[in-house]
Amino acid sequence: MSSGAAAAVAPRGRRPPWLLLVAATLVALAAVLPLAYLALRALSADAEARALTPAATVLELVADTALLAGGVLVAALLVGVPYAWLVVRTDLPGRRLWGLAASLPLVVPSFVAALALLGALAPRGLVQRALGPLGVERLPDLDGYWGATLALTLSTYPYVFLLAASALRSVDPSAEEAARGLGSGTVGVFARVTLPSLRPALAAASLLVTLYVLSDFGAVSLMGYETLTTAVYVRYESLLALDSAAILALVLVALAVVLVLVASRLRLRGAIYRATPGAGRQARLVRLGHWRWPALGFCALVTGLFLVLPLAVLVSWSLEADPIVGRAGVAWAAAARSTAVAGLAALVAALIVLPAAVLAWRYPSPLTRLLERVTLFPSALPGIAVALALVFFGSRAGSIVYQSLGLLLAAYVLRFMPYALASTRASLDAINPHLEEAARSLGRRPTGAVVSVVLPLARSGILAGAALVFLSTIKELPVTLLLRPIGFETLATEIWKGTAVGAYSEVAPSALALIAIAAPFVYLLSWRNAWELGAAD
Amino acid sequence: MIRLERVTKRFGDVTAVDEASLGVARGEVLALLGPSGCGKTTLLRLVAGFEQPDAGAIEIAGELVSGRDTWVPPERRRVGMVFQDYALFPHLTVRENVGFGLARRERRARVAELLAIVGLEELGSRYPHELSGGQQQRVALARALAPSPELVLLDEPWSNVDSSMRETLRAEVADIIRPLGVTVVLVTHDREEAFSLADRIALMRDGAIVQEGTSEELYFAPASRWAAEFVGAANVLTGPVEHGLVRTPIGAFPVDRDGDRAEVEVLVRPELLELEPDPSGAGEVVAREFRGHDVFYRVRLGGVEVVSQRPSNEVVPLGSRVRVKLHNGRTAVLR
Repeated sequence: MSSGAAAAVAPRGRRPPWLLLVAATLVALAAVLPLAYLALRALSADAEARALTPAATVLELVADTALLAGGVLVAALLVGVPYAWLVVRTDLPGRRLWGLAASLPLVVPSFVAALALLGALAPRGLVQRALGPLGVERLPDLDGYWGATLALTLSTYPYVFLLAASALRSVDPSAEEAARGLGSGTVGVFARVTLPSLRPALAAASLLVTLYVLSDFGAVSLMGYETLTTAVYVRYESLLALDSAAILALVLVALAVVLVLVASRLRLRGAIYRATPGAGRQARLVRLGHWRWPALGFCALVTGLFLVLPLAVLVSWSLEADPIVGRAGVAWAAAARSTAVAGLAALVAALIVLPAAVLAWRYPSPLTRLLERVTLFPSALPGIAVALALVFFGSRAGSIVYQSLGLLLAAYVLRFMPYALASTRASLDAINPHLEEAARSLGRRPTGAVVSVVLPLARSGILAGAALVFLSTIKELPVTLLLRPIGFETLATEIWKGTAVGAYSEVAPSALALIAIAAPFVYLLSWRNAWELGAAD
Repeated sequence: MIRLERVTKRFGDVTAVDEASLGVARGEVLALLGPSGCGKTTLLRLVAGFEQPDAGAIEIAGELVSGRDTWVPPERRRVGMVFQDYALFPHLTVRENVGFGLARRERRARVAELLAIVGLEELGSRYPHELSGGQQQRVALARALAPSPELVLLDEPWSNVDSSMRETLRAEVADIIRPLGVTVVLVTHDREEAFSLADRIALMRDGAIVQEGTSEELYFAPASRWAAEFVGAANVLTGPVEHGLVRTPIGAFPVDRDGDRAEVEVLVRPELLELEPDPSGAGEVVAREFRGHDVFYRVRLGGVEVVSQRPSNEVVPLGSRVRVKLHNGRTAVLR
């Protein structure tokens, strides 16, 4: 028996502690139980609800949603993949800085992105004013499908960029060298060798992007484009047609599940082959030569449109005093509430996924794998479906639970705990099992070995997972709108309320504050974490 | 010092260790030698306490650590382990790694003592990734030795090392271990490693220990044809035994076995076959392979082919006729 194989079978035959099993099972049940309420409600809908949601309407909503998801996906791939290739594989001047600029839009919530783009490109907006002296009187209206596509591309291309960049770094350069040796040029190598080997990463990124579009509420609402998510919201909030909302939410969940299945198929068929194990060589950088200028232009255009312009709009609004109300400020109380609730969600999520992570890592078996997969499942669920499911659960449980802070927190934790689990699990997997054995043979008991060796080594992964939960929670809108207790406004809902009455410039300072709180966490979204995010399904 | 009695370990349908029995004396260096997948690492892990045997008993320093109703966990076995990948704690410095298994009050003095033994006094505050492979190995050894274990286990310690560096590192480790007089069990698939380091070798195949003995015993008197070929290049010839002489296609020579028998297999190591150029010789050199310090010749003779290993200063051209002489040495009857 070689030592590698022996190490892999080391934990076999040991029974997991029942306390961990019970804890992990409870968390896994919590991850899927709300869905049962949703399904129950949708399937027992009355005739009135069915009349509100005829098949034709549902189909139309599904088609519109799919059309938007497809458009955003194409745009995000067209922007993200070449950008990643330029940053990772060429001698583009300022590569690191361009790379950071491409991942920064992750901290901008989609509704803030939409708001800023609307402001920039609207009549008498920033861009038109800048172009005015050149004789440009009017820009094409930015709303509906194209507006939503643009705003959501801004929000999603960083995922494509991060995953593609990470994969490009790890692709074995020897296959590319072989292709070169067989007579392919730079373009040929990229098209025939590099791009196909990116397929698993791109499948993961495509899943993230389409799920993002499916669950987005803010950007599509602002752009006035109706999708399944906005339809669910309108039925719940304005029409008070709960059963009808439940039916549409269930369709939304089904759509998400289909996407996950398709993506896992795509990913299974592709694999990153790396012949040489270990650290491996980095590929030689492609010399851009004169192509440097168009490449820089491309990066500048992307960064300008998706980072500089939105920020410039928000800053200029913040500095502008409204003639009637005066200069608006940051909603400080809401900012404090947002930070507190996101911090709490991050802490709880990081803690409750520990049993599942430890079980799947240390005691691999069909049962523990199942528990892990079930706990990861909510990462595919659109937030509004989770929120609606918890509304039904809460209304059954009574008024103590319904519209309580606890229910809102539970929704955040359920929806985002997969990020914490994936990150924790990946950091545990990276720990050499021999380390724990070494600690044992040096006199540490099992718990002592975990405390002195495993936890310190897994700490960065656990923290990164918590940071992801924090970031996602603070940007979250539809769940918060549905479940917040009366009078409990977060930064996101404050901004949303402002936009609803057209007071764009008044909420700009709060939007900037939201970005400022989230921004420090972008460094925790390192390349590795982006991978884990992609592996979360 | 340690005693294994009919130890068996199964993984599902695979029997990794099959009724292995073994004894190691205090201060002895024993090598567990065998091809990859033969169960030698599993046997080592059973001794360390990382695996529980399905049957059999293990004793360390007179104490039963694993038996029918007994199980002593690894932390109470006083066994130091040096892993194949060293398994240094990446978040701790060299000093903290070496001191990991020590009580607080003795830590400082003992760590200093061990760093001196392995010659790493200057590098105590480095982290493992800042060390060369050889230095990492010495840290791993120091860490295993620090709590003064009854026994030190080395798992394939040089398999990750370039062959050019292996000999140096092997000598380094031998120089550290030998003066301390600790008991060592070393797992390896490299016969040279086993020969050069071990007092005694236990040869393993398919989970069972097939032979135990000194390097010379294993090399010149292997118990089976498989053992003969595993521990070195071998000519295996067949022929009848009459009056203490075995008649083989390359000639008759004495064997250490009484009684006439119809047919036996004898082992003749290639370095025992001398070649004398002779135009009327019965042998013909059909292949020649230069290996540096010596040359391997394939000689066709009496309907068989034998291999002869000669120092490279003796030159016998390809195709020349030779007489084959058996050098004074040991030949062994295999069957």
